[in-house]
Amino acid sequence: MITEHVMTDEHNHGTHDTPGSWNGAAEPFKASYGKLMMWYFLLSDAFTFAGFLISYGALRLSMPSWPLPDFVFSTLPGGITHAPLIFVTIMTFVLILSSVTMVRAVQEGHRGNQSGVVKWMFFTILGGLIFLGCQAWEWTTLIKGESMTVWTNPFGRHIEDGVYLEGDGHDIKAGQTFTVGAPYLIHYHDGHYNQLKYKNAAGEVKEQAFGPKAFGALFFFITGFHGFHVFSGVIFLLIIMLNAMTGLYQNRGNHYEMVEKIGLYWHFVDLVWVFVFLVFYLL
Amino acid sequence: MLNYEEGKKVVFKGLILLGVVTLIEVAIALIGNGHIIEGMHWPKWIMYPLMISLSLYKAYFIVYEFMHMRYEVRGLSLSVLMPTILLVWGLIAFANEGMHWNTSRAQIKAKNSIGLKSEGQSSKSSSEVHSSEVPATEAPATH
Repeated sequence: MITEHVMTDEHNHGTHDTPGSWNGAAEPFKASYGKLMMWYFLLSDAFTFAGFLISYGALRLSMPSWPLPDFVFSTLPGGITHAPLIFVTIMTFVLILSSVTMVRAVQEGHRGNQSGVVKWMFFTILGGLIFLGCQAWEWTTLIKGESMTVWTNPFGRHIEDGVYLEGDGHDIKAGQTFTVGAPYLIHYHDGHYNQLKYKNAAGEVKEQAFGPKAFGALFFFITGFHGFHVFSGVIFLLIIMLNAMTGLYQNRGNHYEMVEKIGLYWHFVDLVWVFVFLVFYLL
Repeated sequence: MLNYEEGKKVVFKGLILLGVVTLIEVAIALIGNGHIIEGMHWPKWIMYPLMISLSLYKAYFIVYEFMHMRYEVRGLSLSVLMPTILLVWGLIAFANEGMHWNTSRAQIKAKNSIGLKSEGQSSKSSSEVHSSEVPATEAPATH
């Protein structure tokens, strides 16, 4: 074998300075194939999410009014109803915390601490599951409690000043006045949406109009797509944690690179949430 | 690359920083929309740029510190980050288009009604040409 190797080396004398350049010997990006491809996958995924968020923006800007986020997302578990953005802020903290525990898992991997990797990955998975649970509760509230569907959006905002002629048995009472931009929820009772009658400044009697139709579809689709990323992330984290437990990555001797790669994906999920949180809940 | 102890400090700093920035964002949304102080409303042109730049800062921190982009080779980070610049144009173009739909609602409706008329006429003439192929009951279905 040794003589053979020397012979080939002499045969290829002309390219001796760069042995195997075409066989991946040089690493211009100083990153493994897997890690590099994870980055490019995340880049393509960023374009997918950007496509969704940009179409959300275009549709929102095309509407004269849009549901008020701090009115739509103001419920908390336990029947609390006037807590704007509190629940979704908690969800954001959960995701940030699970991102932090992920960084810790990667760091423990770099110094080859198997039990550390498993411990911090476990906390990361826990964070992911709590986030998914929160999202399930949020969706249930919107679907069951407030009857928002992909097709029907009961969250509207008034386009003129006026006075209610009837109450809804919740927050609105007959005779109550409102101004332009005031948000409202059309309650669903006994098989139909109860659109309240009101009188505007000109004395015309009208009823509450449904909100922009695309709102439900955009909300469920985009947060659902993000939630699906969280869900698949949890599955991959689970598999990699189990592999780490068996000592598979310890034997590979590459400083737990697999943990680093799933870490990139998990941080990306957090990164997307930064923008979902911005456009759906803050703006 | 950072050593283990430095890395742990960055993690702690990141947790505090991301948490505080999120709290500031939510505070802007709540105070600016009059939830904390009754009747106090901030103009959108102050709130929106603030919340957008804070979110961009969060994104920068996640990519550069948590995803270690700061410690990657320049070529790698450029090849991943540069293509996202294309999105800036996407954002401008579609925002512009969306606002145009909003401000030209009446025009779009008027144009659509003209479009329907001419479509109706052309389909009528085409149904005459292909009268043998199109069943008589389906011919006026365009209106």
